[in-house]
Amino acid sequence: MSDSNKENVADMNTADETSLERREVLKGLATLPVVGVFFYNLWKKLRIDAMKKNNILADLLTTKDAPAVVSSASSGDHLRIGIIGYGGRGQHLVRGAGFAAPEWTQRASENAKENKLDKGFETFMQQEDLNVSLVGVCDLFDVRADLGIEASKNEIRPGGKPMETAKRYRHHENLLENDDIDAVIIGTPDHWHAQIAMDAANAGKHVYCEKGLTRTFDEAIDLYDTVKRTGITFQLGHQNRQVEANEKAKQIIEQGLLGKINLVELATNRNSPWGAWVWDIHPEGNSKTIDWDTFQKKAPNKIEFGEEALKRFFRWRCWFDYGTGLSGDLLSHDFDAINQIMELGIPKYASSSGGIYYYKDGRDVPDVWNATFEYPEKDLTLLYSATLSSNDPRGNRIMGHDATMQMGGQSGGGSVHGFIVKADPESTRYKERMESGIINTQYPIYTYSPGSKQIDGVTSATSRYFANKGLLYTYREGKRVDSTHLHVKDWLDAIRNGGQPKCNIEVALHEAVACHMATESYLKGRRIEWDPKRRRLV
Amino acid sequence: MRNYLNCCAPLTDASYNQCQLTGLVVMRVLIGWHFLYEGIAKLLNPYWSSAAYLLESKWIFSGLATTIVANPTLLTMVDNINMWGLTLIGLALMLGIVERPAALVGMTLVLLYYLFMPPFVGFEYSRPAEGSYIIVNKNLIEAAALFVVACFPSGGIIGIDKFLFSKNETDREGSS
Repeated sequence: MSDSNKENVADMNTADETSLERREVLKGLATLPVVGVFFYNLWKKLRIDAMKKNNILADLLTTKDAPAVVSSASSGDHLRIGIIGYGGRGQHLVRGAGFAAPEWTQRASENAKENKLDKGFETFMQQEDLNVSLVGVCDLFDVRADLGIEASKNEIRPGGKPMETAKRYRHHENLLENDDIDAVIIGTPDHWHAQIAMDAANAGKHVYCEKGLTRTFDEAIDLYDTVKRTGITFQLGHQNRQVEANEKAKQIIEQGLLGKINLVELATNRNSPWGAWVWDIHPEGNSKTIDWDTFQKKAPNKIEFGEEALKRFFRWRCWFDYGTGLSGDLLSHDFDAINQIMELGIPKYASSSGGIYYYKDGRDVPDVWNATFEYPEKDLTLLYSATLSSNDPRGNRIMGHDATMQMGGQSGGGSVHGFIVKADPESTRYKERMESGIINTQYPIYTYSPGSKQIDGVTSATSRYFANKGLLYTYREGKRVDSTHLHVKDWLDAIRNGGQPKCNIEVALHEAVACHMATESYLKGRRIEWDPKRRRLV
Repeated sequence: MRNYLNCCAPLTDASYNQCQLTGLVVMRVLIGWHFLYEGIAKLLNPYWSSAAYLLESKWIFSGLATTIVANPTLLTMVDNINMWGLTLIGLALMLGIVERPAALVGMTLVLLYYLFMPPFVGFEYSRPAEGSYIIVNKNLIEAAALFVVACFPSGGIIGIDKFLFSKNETDREGSS
């Protein structure tokens, strides 16, 4: 073989090897185009998603941020507070201020150990120290008064060892006589709210009063006038005012996302004895430990102390003598939340009906009750429907021509936490976007789901009811916070720094008048009209 | 044991016929695609968390699931392992790079999904399944498919593993 031939063969071999190598390299990278196709499609999908989102958001939200976080430091003067009515709710309010009874801290920490998802204790201990002392406890039941004293001394609390120990008072008048007390929290049954709050205001004490504002319409007007005249800082106990979801909902509605709103539906759905106020009768409750005469002093009908009285003392919400049933307990919350979101004010007309259909246990307040409120000037009807014998989660709905906002309840097979907004298939505003496929009415155009990464072990049906309405806790910077704590803090901040707390006497009056109109309608069997000039129900 | 290991040893072209090779590569790439998008979709969703899935857990791992969910640090770790694990395994399978470890880790992951929520008779879950299953569901099938991928690797023929392990192959061929 000549040299040139040898070279040719060598060249051919090299060429073969090169082409073989190239083929092998190509085989090695054969799946790369598939990866390319994947990422091309991913990019396409992300672009379409972003376009849809921008297209919707462009319309919706000028501010996409969550509402501002509340100021963190409770600096300023040390405040000394008293609690009047240290029952179940009173205890929660005082925990919101930073004091829990030892039996509560012990039970809560044990619960947390047993169920790792139970965050009650952790949430309490991580509360901000509000720089207050609990110095006075007034309760008509000795056991609870003692618990309150213990709570004031309990060192297991945010902020550590308390500075002072509370003193027991048998009557609210004596507590109010103490000049060292700056402010009082009222957690008594509703029939005592007005009297105690007015006495406190007249004594120059700031007042946090649990809802419903009062037992009667007249009391609400008197209390309003007293608070205005004395200039104290007044907060009504609607902790929903602190819930981030409600602030977000308000922004969305203000920006007209729902279009013209003509109907709002609010609902209460409960189905347990506890949810229907059949609360435990304390085994130590008797004529010696309970001051029954003082309890019923403000009630229109009076009875002798006995078994019936015990039931009434511990389950007072079941009787019109002490409260207004569904109206003051649950409508009041939903009404205040919708008033916070839509600033509806007092309705022109209210009518309601219902009955005692399930709990035939001697109560005189209805357990199924529906109320209608008319706002002719706003072209709006507000419906409230409540049952204590079905837990079907209906949720609250704000229904506009262009979209509906659903708060709580169920959608798409899951529970709605926070709220969702869905476009209406007949909407004029979203017509073009629906036709072009940017908006699909099956899916929400806006979802607000705070704390969706947080897991909370809320156990009982009643707790879930409150949690879904944001009444147990809300979120601040993604962290779970007790909304009652924030509401107490809001009140204390207003006392120290001036200004009005979020559920001040003005909005409290809206809630009170609306609820009393509905209650009056039920009791009188006719429509009730609000006369704003003469401040009377007609 | 030795036979078993041999069956997982890198293979040359000659070990599979064209039809087998095509089938193995297609299966590997499709599973990789599925993993990759499951991972990326989670990475892109700021609200995604494994918590909701874990809370539904039944059977032997339900206690472990509760522990994970109750501990924010642990939950974040598990979330990251899932998001990044799925993404990286997906890429590895599609490109045929470190194919066998990727397939085995992927198999373990999918098997864990299966074991945390097994479709056994009498187990009810609040999140509806997208199909109808009894004992066997798609997680179990995907885990089995990944076992096959691990046993019959194709990355050494069609995939980046070809370049990573070619030296070993030459050595082996030279010594034989």
